[in-house]
Amino acid sequence: MEILEEKKNKNKEYKPILDGIPDWPVYQLSKNRKEFIEEVSAKTIEHILKTRPSPKHLRDDLEATVYREQNRIKRNRWRVDPADERKFWSGIKSELTDLNAHPVEGKEVELLKRIITRYANEIAGNFKPSSYRFARRIITFWFRRLLNSARAKKFGAFFRSKYTLRDKIHVVGKVKLLRNLARKGTVVMVPTHFSNLDSILIGWVIHSLGLPAFIYGAGLNLFNIKIFAYFMNSLGAYKVDRRKKNLPYLETLKMYSSLAMEKGAHSLFFPGGTRSRSGMIEKNLKLGLLSTSVEAQRNLYLNNPPEQVRKIFIVPVTINYHFVLEAPELVIEHLQAKGQDRYFHEEDNYGSFPLLKFLFKFFTKGSNISVSIGRGLDVIGNYVDDEGNSKDSNGNPINTRDYFISNGQVSIDTQREAEYTRMVASRIVQEYHRINRVFASHLVAFVAFEIWLKQHPKLDLFGLLRLPEEELEIPYEEFRATFKRVRKEIYRLKSVGKINHATHLKGNTDLVIGRGIDNVGIFHLRRPVLKSKQGGIITQDLNLLYYYHNRLAGYGLEKII
Amino acid sequence: MASRKLFEKRVGVIGAGNFGTCIANILGENCQVIMHVRDKETLKTILETRMHYGQAMNANVTPTLSLEEVARECEIIFPIVPSVHFRTMMKELSPFLKPYHILIHGTKGLDLNLPKGKTIDTEATLSREVVRTMSEVIKEESVVVRVGCLAGPNLSKELAQRQPGATVVASPFNEVIQLGKRLLRNDRFNVYENPDLIGVELAGVIKNIIAIASGALSGLGYGENAKGLLVSRGAVEMVYLGRALGGNTKAFLGVAGIGDLVTTCNSPMSRNFTVGYRLAKGEKLNDILQDMEEVAEGVNTVKIAKKCADFYNVRALITQTLYRVLFENLTVPEALNYLMRYPLNVDIDFIA
Repeated sequence: MEILEEKKNKNKEYKPILDGIPDWPVYQLSKNRKEFIEEVSAKTIEHILKTRPSPKHLRDDLEATVYREQNRIKRNRWRVDPADERKFWSGIKSELTDLNAHPVEGKEVELLKRIITRYANEIAGNFKPSSYRFARRIITFWFRRLLNSARAKKFGAFFRSKYTLRDKIHVVGKVKLLRNLARKGTVVMVPTHFSNLDSILIGWVIHSLGLPAFIYGAGLNLFNIKIFAYFMNSLGAYKVDRRKKNLPYLETLKMYSSLAMEKGAHSLFFPGGTRSRSGMIEKNLKLGLLSTSVEAQRNLYLNNPPEQVRKIFIVPVTINYHFVLEAPELVIEHLQAKGQDRYFHEEDNYGSFPLLKFLFKFFTKGSNISVSIGRGLDVIGNYVDDEGNSKDSNGNPINTRDYFISNGQVSIDTQREAEYTRMVASRIVQEYHRINRVFASHLVAFVAFEIWLKQHPKLDLFGLLRLPEEELEIPYEEFRATFKRVRKEIYRLKSVGKINHATHLKGNTDLVIGRGIDNVGIFHLRRPVLKSKQGGIITQDLNLLYYYHNRLAGYGLEKII
Repeated sequence: MASRKLFEKRVGVIGAGNFGTCIANILGENCQVIMHVRDKETLKTILETRMHYGQAMNANVTPTLSLEEVARECEIIFPIVPSVHFRTMMKELSPFLKPYHILIHGTKGLDLNLPKGKTIDTEATLSREVVRTMSEVIKEESVVVRVGCLAGPNLSKELAQRQPGATVVASPFNEVIQLGKRLLRNDRFNVYENPDLIGVELAGVIKNIIAIASGALSGLGYGENAKGLLVSRGAVEMVYLGRALGGNTKAFLGVAGIGDLVTTCNSPMSRNFTVGYRLAKGEKLNDILQDMEEVAEGVNTVKIAKKCADFYNVRALITQTLYRVLFENLTVPEALNYLMRYPLNVDIDFIA
């Protein structure tokens, strides 16, 4: 199989922007871990009490929390969950029951405090410079070994260092700007989320761009896997448990993120919340964590003289794959949810072994990944320049502080900030579409699926997906003509700044189609697109084809099929 | 209410047309107002006579020629200029605006943002991608994000006579709504809240179409049965068009929707009504527009709404027929004949 070449100069090495780990904000944070956790707890409690002034109100919330937690323990326990959980919650429950019979002044607040402190400790990351260095060395070393032996196809190459991850993962886009922004202010990186691999990949990208470690909200399920837990901990991850949807937990989590940003820790989270089930670029972002960046920025303006405020920069990132390991399960979950309104819950169905197997496959076979770094935005969604100054659409400077001003003063208005969060979310989605790099494989899948959709105007999506795959075939010439037409439209969209594409998309049509077919979902048992013996375009799995096709949904390309 | 405390900051009004003057006077009861006027003559007249459009100017209203002054002195500004001039005005105002400004507009029209070299007449259909409400123009042309609008049954002449009335202030920002209420409210003028900015804007815009039709029915000499029919079918059409353009059904049933619709359809004072009335009397559109003192927003709206309806395949009978009357020389009696024979008899199908 052919390795898709990218421009070489895109893959140079970067010097770290801060010399020693002790200078890193994330290190500062972990050094004062205890104080930080105390601060998070105290502020969360203060915040919750503000919105729930009466003890009755608070008691209702606590009861709901206990109920949900006990339910979770009964139904969905993970290896990583602490052993004393059951005891803790039944303790809280019995005290709450007593409280209903004999009210004690201030007791609710005390219980809330115990819960919040527990959550804050659970969430907090544990960054250690020594294990960070170790983990980094290990990752780099093994990646390199794997890559070299695989490429040279003989065992002797195991100790050569000709190939590095840099050949495998192409980082394109506004790298220099990102490095600048990380010096000038606090960066919040918000990537698209398609695969469990994303977390590790982004960690590597951050390191290879010479940036200090980011704090990072990692799904708690990943900590079930011991080896992952080790790396995650050492890379500055804090834990996000998506099973816990109760108010105290969510507020603690948001406070943790917001305070860390205020203290200048670069952060990373996946604003889609969870992996994209459909294969589409995320459209509805989770506003909860995103709102913490707006809050943090407002607090910085509120508590500091204007000239000393560190700005917060939001940097959208897209990760582009030819192949997503989890695609078959993801798309089925998506279709079930869409088709039958069925609720699906967050499951932990990835053990260490399939993941390691996948990693091995990934590094030994030629399937490249590209990571596009978008332009930085301020917390409202305005572009920023190299110096971190916000600009309006005409290039005139904007003072971000002005957005938080009412009647001449910086003020707190949560409803206003909720609206700002919505605004920045839609800007992020817009940026995702703009920096999304179209691969030949995405385009092949898109064109094939849309042609079949058009050939069956009477079928809805589910009807089409139920068609027997063996009966579908597109004559190559027809496919080629449509492919060319859509590719041309992508060029046009690129020229007006609405999309981006990999360099390999250009050039001889037959070659590009060939590459696309070779790469689309390459390691799946049933391939989404293939060529038949007669040379026509066929598929072995319509669901998967639909999944890969979705990568190009939302551009209006279906109109020209 | 003479002892009412004035709002501590000065508030701006841009546009000294009939409605702009009216709003400036209402604001003047609650705060100091700077009103932007376009030419020296008007400024002079207002300063000397303290009268404009037959309205006595409130003592708290100061006219000015400088947009910069309005932006510098006022954090809250009410732009009330015709939609055809709105974008130009925003371009002039924009350099002086900051993100802390709050703009609440009172313009009931649409704007287009077409690629270079294209005009409305070159396009057979229009998608939402090129149609802008005034709040969208504000956001497109300036850094202001805290935007709202005023809409409702607000006939300038009645407001000027201090008759009771009400308006809706719509904005996604509660802050904007509350300020709007605080500034506009008085004992004869009530203010309702709505978070659906686009919906309320569209309601105010689309009702102008039905107002023209209502004028036409009057011009033919028909009475209340016909008008009742028109208002109810017009309301349904507003919901259809409005939903296609991104508003929620609710906004169209409120003060800015049905409220404004009933008022405009019954008011010979309204400019849009007058256009329809004179068309029915057999006059030509160009002649009518030529001797109108101010813009009838509805004419342009019919054009845009019809092309949008075609793009989204929305059934908008009144709009589509009116389009033919205005631009394709269909006569009003022919149009009415066509509508009455149209084989569609479902009463309401947008509420489940």
